[in-house]
Amino acid sequence: MTNRIRFLLNDQEVSLSSIDPTATLLDYLRLSRRLTGSKEGCAEGDCGACTVLVGRLVKDQLVYESVNACIRFVGSLNACHVVTVEHLAAKDGTLHPVQQAMVDCHGSQCGFCTPGFIMSLYGLWLTNAAPSRAEIERALQGNLCRCTGYEPIIKAAEQMGQTRPSALFDPLAREREKIIAALNAMTSTDTIVLEGDDRTLIVPANVEALANTLAAHPKATIVAGATDVGLWVTKQMRVLNPVVFINHLSELQDIGGDEVGITFGAGVSYSAAFERLRAEIPAFGRLIERIGGQQVRNMGTIGGNIANGSPIGDTPPALITLGATVTLRSVSGTRTLLLEDFFIEYGKQDRKPGEFVERIFVPRPKASSHFAIYKISKRRDEDISALCGAFYLETEGACVSNVRIAFGGMAGTPKRANAVEAALMGKPWSEETVQAARDAFDADYQPLSDWRATAEYRQLTAKNLATRFYLETSGHGQELQRFAMEAV
Amino acid sequence: MDKATFTSAAIKGPMHQSLRHDSAHKHVAGSADYIDDIPEPAGLLHGGLGLADRAHAEIISIDLSAVKAYPGVVAVLTADDIPGTNDVSSGGRHDEPLIATTKVEFHGQIIFAVIAETRDAARKAARLATVEYRDLPFWTDIDGALNNGAPLVTPGMVLKRGTPESEMDKAQHRLQSSMRIGGQEHFYLESQIAMAIPGEDEDVTVWSSTQHPSEIQHIVGHVLNIPSHAVTVNTRRMGGGFGGKETQGNQFAALAAIAAKKLNRAVKFRPDRDEDMSITGKRHDFKMDFDVAFNSDGRIHAVQANFAARCGYSSDLSGPVTDRALFHADSSYFYPHVKLTSQPLKTHTVSNTAYRGFGGPQGMLGAERVIEEIAYTLGKDPLDVRKANFYGELGSGRDVTPYHQTVEDNIIARVVGELETSCYYQARRKAIIEFNKTSPVIKKGIALTPVKFGISFTMTAFNQAGALVHIYQDGSIHLNHGGTEMGQGLYTKVAQVVADAFQVDIDVVKITATTTGKVPNTSATAASSGTDLNGMAAFDAARQIKERLVAFAAEKWGVAAADVRFLPNRVQVGAETIPFPDFIKQAYFARVQLSAAGFYKTPKIHWNRETGRGTPFYYYAYGAACTEVSIDTLTGEYLMDRTDILHDVGKSLNPAIDIGQIEGGFVQGMGWLTTEELWWDGKGRLRTHAPSTYKIPLASDRPKIFNVKLADWAENTELTIGRSKAVGEPPFMLAISVLEALSMAVASVADYRHCPRLDAPATPERVLMAVERLKTL
Repeated sequence: MTNRIRFLLNDQEVSLSSIDPTATLLDYLRLSRRLTGSKEGCAEGDCGACTVLVGRLVKDQLVYESVNACIRFVGSLNACHVVTVEHLAAKDGTLHPVQQAMVDCHGSQCGFCTPGFIMSLYGLWLTNAAPSRAEIERALQGNLCRCTGYEPIIKAAEQMGQTRPSALFDPLAREREKIIAALNAMTSTDTIVLEGDDRTLIVPANVEALANTLAAHPKATIVAGATDVGLWVTKQMRVLNPVVFINHLSELQDIGGDEVGITFGAGVSYSAAFERLRAEIPAFGRLIERIGGQQVRNMGTIGGNIANGSPIGDTPPALITLGATVTLRSVSGTRTLLLEDFFIEYGKQDRKPGEFVERIFVPRPKASSHFAIYKISKRRDEDISALCGAFYLETEGACVSNVRIAFGGMAGTPKRANAVEAALMGKPWSEETVQAARDAFDADYQPLSDWRATAEYRQLTAKNLATRFYLETSGHGQELQRFAMEAV
Repeated sequence: MDKATFTSAAIKGPMHQSLRHDSAHKHVAGSADYIDDIPEPAGLLHGGLGLADRAHAEIISIDLSAVKAYPGVVAVLTADDIPGTNDVSSGGRHDEPLIATTKVEFHGQIIFAVIAETRDAARKAARLATVEYRDLPFWTDIDGALNNGAPLVTPGMVLKRGTPESEMDKAQHRLQSSMRIGGQEHFYLESQIAMAIPGEDEDVTVWSSTQHPSEIQHIVGHVLNIPSHAVTVNTRRMGGGFGGKETQGNQFAALAAIAAKKLNRAVKFRPDRDEDMSITGKRHDFKMDFDVAFNSDGRIHAVQANFAARCGYSSDLSGPVTDRALFHADSSYFYPHVKLTSQPLKTHTVSNTAYRGFGGPQGMLGAERVIEEIAYTLGKDPLDVRKANFYGELGSGRDVTPYHQTVEDNIIARVVGELETSCYYQARRKAIIEFNKTSPVIKKGIALTPVKFGISFTMTAFNQAGALVHIYQDGSIHLNHGGTEMGQGLYTKVAQVVADAFQVDIDVVKITATTTGKVPNTSATAASSGTDLNGMAAFDAARQIKERLVAFAAEKWGVAAADVRFLPNRVQVGAETIPFPDFIKQAYFARVQLSAAGFYKTPKIHWNRETGRGTPFYYYAYGAACTEVSIDTLTGEYLMDRTDILHDVGKSLNPAIDIGQIEGGFVQGMGWLTTEELWWDGKGRLRTHAPSTYKIPLASDRPKIFNVKLADWAENTELTIGRSKAVGEPPFMLAISVLEALSMAVASVADYRHCPRLDAPATPERVLMAVERLKTL
């Protein structure tokens, strides 16, 4: 056991033996280190003004990802490299090409969001020499600007790729080997435990240690990406104790699979899952692109999206429709159940004390099947669904031989549309059948009205999505797909 | 300085040149300091707020013992701790207590403040109070106010010309309808913040993120019962304002100052995003009811309209905001007979306030709805109806506004005509109508809408400004003025004016934080007037110093005044050329005063609200936008396919900055009319109080094709600084084209036979519901 959190902050080593288990990286930067370039705009991971890069070793490769410092806990940073906006310019003040492009294109007005944009753009610049407009927009989904209307920022993003300074100029290229060595040295093979006066922070060494930790502390709060738990702290000011971090556990970040489907470790981030899903289940890939912003996708995990039991979580309807299973683990072993059985009722999941979500298995849609996911929200990107529906259909001859439909945002949990499915099953896949099945939505769902949508809109749109699914599967897809493609 | 500087053909950064924002290099490096970034004074304390959780109630009792006992809490402030007046209202109506005493009138009203060693302790302690209420009846929206006979927070206004009452039946058509127009949260990225540092005697220095340092100074003086001379307010920059920091900073500055003087320690108040959105005012939402008489050619004969507004629990700026709605309820159109009335209604919600356009967008949007109704009634393209109603040339008999000001500088027909041609409006509209015939689910729409916006504060006294310019012995220049920088590039533009006046490179001119100690009695940086007013005041200061310098040189070198010329970074005196710094050094030794206070007041304007007559505006800014959209008639989702803009900023002082204002204003307006929706629950709580629930536009929301051009031939007919025009607010209303384009797409499902009456904000839900409604007609 060890009792220190160690990480790199720009060009300095940090070693902390005492820290509040839910201290945020943003407060640490601004209050403890006086690095005030990163700003607090919302403290909930939605505006991006606090964006920093966090580098970590993934299978010996050094990978940098943009994250929201406002909901990233310091306790989750062991063996990471935190890069803030202060680190980009040269010591003599010469701006980094990303910064210079923003100046040249008039990309800042009030300037408060700008450091966050710089860091998101820097994350893009590191990995993509010539980003398309769509890629730029995707990289900036988690950054709000209220002044510019974004046009000059997009131009800056296009311009910055044209300048590639010598490796000696870019701070991360220049120090790469040193950084890797330092992070390797900081990687702990022991479980890290920081005992405060009345609160404890635990970073288990591996999954076995995690199981043991949870057996000893069944009421512990498990923190993976903190994209939800972060808000319990910044918004609800909840006191969590003890806090167990799992974001570093490589065993939970494996993506595997067989001829039937794909297995995701519970700690696989949306970003990490994206390429695999885009390649194997394209509709699912397009959904991932619309979850949060890039920073949230870099932190948030598929396991977390399930474990938190949100009735409006984006992935569960799709996962349920595909027949996904979830595997839970504890010291007494593992058990696997259908994901749809995991959600019991609003706020209640089938997770026993001491258990944690270990992996999710997602069967691939059959080649002859139809599969679609529709996320409906007020704003297309970085918004929480008003409703999110997934449809899976197999036909034999002209008739429906297998159908699964599930919706989020329509009930207290992500829920199958059993009555609608029954109305479709065995019937000819035709406009008349779908028209007749629309009424069955009223039996399946009694949605609520809130700030995202009224009950009437939710119900009508769910029915219309069934119609849209029919149109897309019956030769009218071309014209509709045009709209859908642009939307992605 | 490089020797070449003194032989250069032109200076860096004159007027009319594109120049980066003065702080751009600091913005991108994270080294531009906002108030929360300033190194904190030793012993700084932090404020937290105790907020009412009732929309309308009497306070029976407040138990603060748990708050006081929380570790780190230093003091708890209630109304009893206010040495002076318990009021932070801006309009002098004394209807806005800083801390509620016996009654709360909106969910989130401040009932006490906690001062603690850390911000975290202050926030946590603030939630520990036990408050007993007796609930009172409440209403949170316009319908509730109308149904309950709500009082007005301030008297309404009437604009009348001609005899509309007797003319309504004298045209070929007449119709009545109404429209609902949503409010808007400013969502400046930097929340409200104030830090107060106590000084000796009565002195207090306040750093405030405010568009109106002088008002902060007055308010702090009133709550502390000390003279204005004891209060110094500083503002270097804001992380966005948009009107939300014109009056809404008052409460935070006042609380910080009271606590600082009471405890003799520096105190900072920074609400978090949720508190900021819950307890500061927003754009007013409106219900507009109208009655219009028009002829078959689309020309309006007479209009009567009433604008009812949700003002919140106090007046704040609701009087002038609702006035400005009426001033712009003509949009660009001449009404032969007209009567416009406003109804600033009291509601049990946070007091609504200034927001970019200041009521103007709502008035203009209402006017465009009238045009739409006429167009769909007559089966015409709304653009043709617009053109038929434009104000005419001066002397055409169609050049007088509902407030009896003559429109002297009208260029709207040219602006609209040029845009119509350059964006291929006619061909594209035809193509869209064809497309819609064969596309069952996806429908398209296009609309071209005009903007004419009046420039000046309607409160005549506010149209004044001061500036302070020093030249030091080394030739470097210190510039200060009453305008504040919120990102709009004001500091840059005014520095260009001074650099241009002295013919020195702009980096010779040091821009300094706005402070009430250098330039007194300033107006809010608002009403788009920042550059017009402060640019002229700085120009006046420079003029005074230059006159002294010319007189000095003429005497010393024995030449005529006309033979002293300011060339780039040097001064020519007769045949001799002297580098500017050397020239200044000599002037200093000759005891020439190298400092001047400049002043400016806008000429021509006057306004009589009682009679509804006058010339409230010095001039108008014009523009036009054409937007094309696609909607999905199954879900109501939409895409912005393309927007083209042609906008008039007169002779631009800085085209890059002006284009930034136009693009940014348009996208902000687009947010107002599309995805930005404020939603209160049944208890009167605002539930859209953070970016997770309140959705401003993202990069991916802006039009896929976005062409923005300045009307480069335009020049202000009035003697403004460099013949430029104001640019802050007018482009916001270019976004009306978005709502109208969505409206056309919706109208297509009923073959354009009915006006879709698509209200704002046109969320996907409103679009779908409008489609459904039209399908049944």
